[in-house]
Amino acid sequence: MSVDAVTVRRIAHLARIAVAEDEIDHLQGELNAMLAFVAQLEEVNVAGVEPMTSVTPMAMKKRHDVVTAGGIADDIVRNAPATDDHFFLVPKVVE
Amino acid sequence: MNAKGPSDKLIRGLTGDWEVVIGMEVHAQVASNAKLFSGASTEFGAAPNSHVSLVDAAMPGMLPVINEECVRQAIRTGLGLKAQINLRSVFDRKNYFYPDLPQGYQISQYKAPVVGEGEVVVDLDGGGSVTIGIERLHLEQDAGKSLHDRHPTMSYVDLNRSGVALMEIVSKPDLRSAEEAKAFITKLRSILRYLGTCDGDMEKGSLRADVNVSVRKPGEPLGTRCEIKNVNSIRFIGAAIEHEARRQIEIIEDGGIIEQETRLFDPGRGETRPMRSKEEAHDYRYFPDPDLLPLEFDQAYVDALAAHLPELPDARKARFVGGFGLSAYDAGVLVAERETADYFEAVAKGRDAKAAANWVINELFGRLNKEAKDIKASPVTAQQLGGLLDLIADGTISGKIAKDLFEILWTEGGDPRAIVTARGMAQVTDLGAIEKLVDEIAAQNPDKVAQARTNPKAIGWFVGQIMKSSGGKASPQAVNDILKSKLGL
Repeated sequence: MSVDAVTVRRIAHLARIAVAEDEIDHLQGELNAMLAFVAQLEEVNVAGVEPMTSVTPMAMKKRHDVVTAGGIADDIVRNAPATDDHFFLVPKVVE
Repeated sequence: MNAKGPSDKLIRGLTGDWEVVIGMEVHAQVASNAKLFSGASTEFGAAPNSHVSLVDAAMPGMLPVINEECVRQAIRTGLGLKAQINLRSVFDRKNYFYPDLPQGYQISQYKAPVVGEGEVVVDLDGGGSVTIGIERLHLEQDAGKSLHDRHPTMSYVDLNRSGVALMEIVSKPDLRSAEEAKAFITKLRSILRYLGTCDGDMEKGSLRADVNVSVRKPGEPLGTRCEIKNVNSIRFIGAAIEHEARRQIEIIEDGGIIEQETRLFDPGRGETRPMRSKEEAHDYRYFPDPDLLPLEFDQAYVDALAAHLPELPDARKARFVGGFGLSAYDAGVLVAERETADYFEAVAKGRDAKAAANWVINELFGRLNKEAKDIKASPVTAQQLGGLLDLIADGTISGKIAKDLFEILWTEGGDPRAIVTARGMAQVTDLGAIEKLVDEIAAQNPDKVAQARTNPKAIGWFVGQIMKSSGGKASPQAVNDILKSKLGL
């Protein structure tokens, strides 16, 4: 598996990462190197093997339906570049 | 065009009749105290970002821990939809970029949902019913809320809703008209409210639907569909489908083709318009969420939930028809809302169920509708209405006086029997008193007596006079009997 320049631009766009045209070539090479490395896994025969979801057999931890968090609006918006009345402010996303 | 075809499900176009094919994706907010993967509150209407935990705000290093109640509610909903419950399901990440989605992905279920195929039986207005297939139900997180009208160049983001549990319920494309679609969402809402798994409050966004619409000539393969996003009222769902079907028919009949796209319904204009341009087409890049183990439970867990499921609308309707002898229509009206059915049962308990149904449907509903009141806000309680029915049943008051009594109960309240006693509303069943009235009126009107002897129908005049002079309280049956014997008829 490998990616072409079109796919690199597309992935960058989906992730909202600005990639200059002269970076595409380099990124394409890096991504393809990674894919080639991971592709070694394809050599392993995994027919009939359940995907492993945990190193030790364990059940998913669950919480009770109790309110234990919240009420920290100051903290929640503290790192935001722009806020008003505890709202996050972002550049307008609709015209 | 635009007229309904001969089979009223079809839409007539210039080139013949068209069939509309509709499937729905309903997002129902799970009734729970805390969110799906965090301990923040789900309560509606809180101050901005006050019901947000560090998990909901997607702070680095935060890990989701599932709320067991949301799982329970999803399984119970699945059982209510007579659906397959999957003992093992998997949470995936659905990746997309939007300011009110701080994680950059929504935790959802893609390949392995918690609930599989089921069905909903939908009663139609003209009688009859259709069975609508359910494709799946899965659990997922809601996103935050963006407000675009508070600032000229900025959007305001509130994450209170971020992470609240939703059930996405996907129907099969089994719906064939706007009417069926409206009846389906109404029935689904009723089932959810009976189960108590979603409050069904569409105004608060607890229940909203994406509607997939396509058109075809009957018998032909499915057409290309358009998805109308986030329609939040039953009436709008109907209007959106009607408009979208006609739009597609016009395009095809003009020689065009339908492009698969996402559209929005504009209730002000009563039309749909495109929402996202094609180059923005989403690629969600689903993959299993590495932060969450598979969701697993055993059959015993499901069986225990099934054993404690409340009686659902279909079963209740059947019981009202079979056990109480109500018509299917009346039973359907009464069971649509759980509160209404509960009210009716409280009135009918130990009484004539048909009389109870008549009073609840005609008098009570009529009055509630007139004043735009909910049954929970009814000034007349089930106990009071039952007391009124008892007074009719034991002959204390006539049906006519009962309506006056209902009015008093509605406006002033009080105990029905005490009111009847205090205000002298009881029927006069004292034969002596009625005889006395008959004698008086006969003595004053010898001409009418003679008339009645030759023409027994003229007896009606006497009945009218006696009812009038008794203030409507004389028992009509007793009056008739006494008149007949006194006048020798």
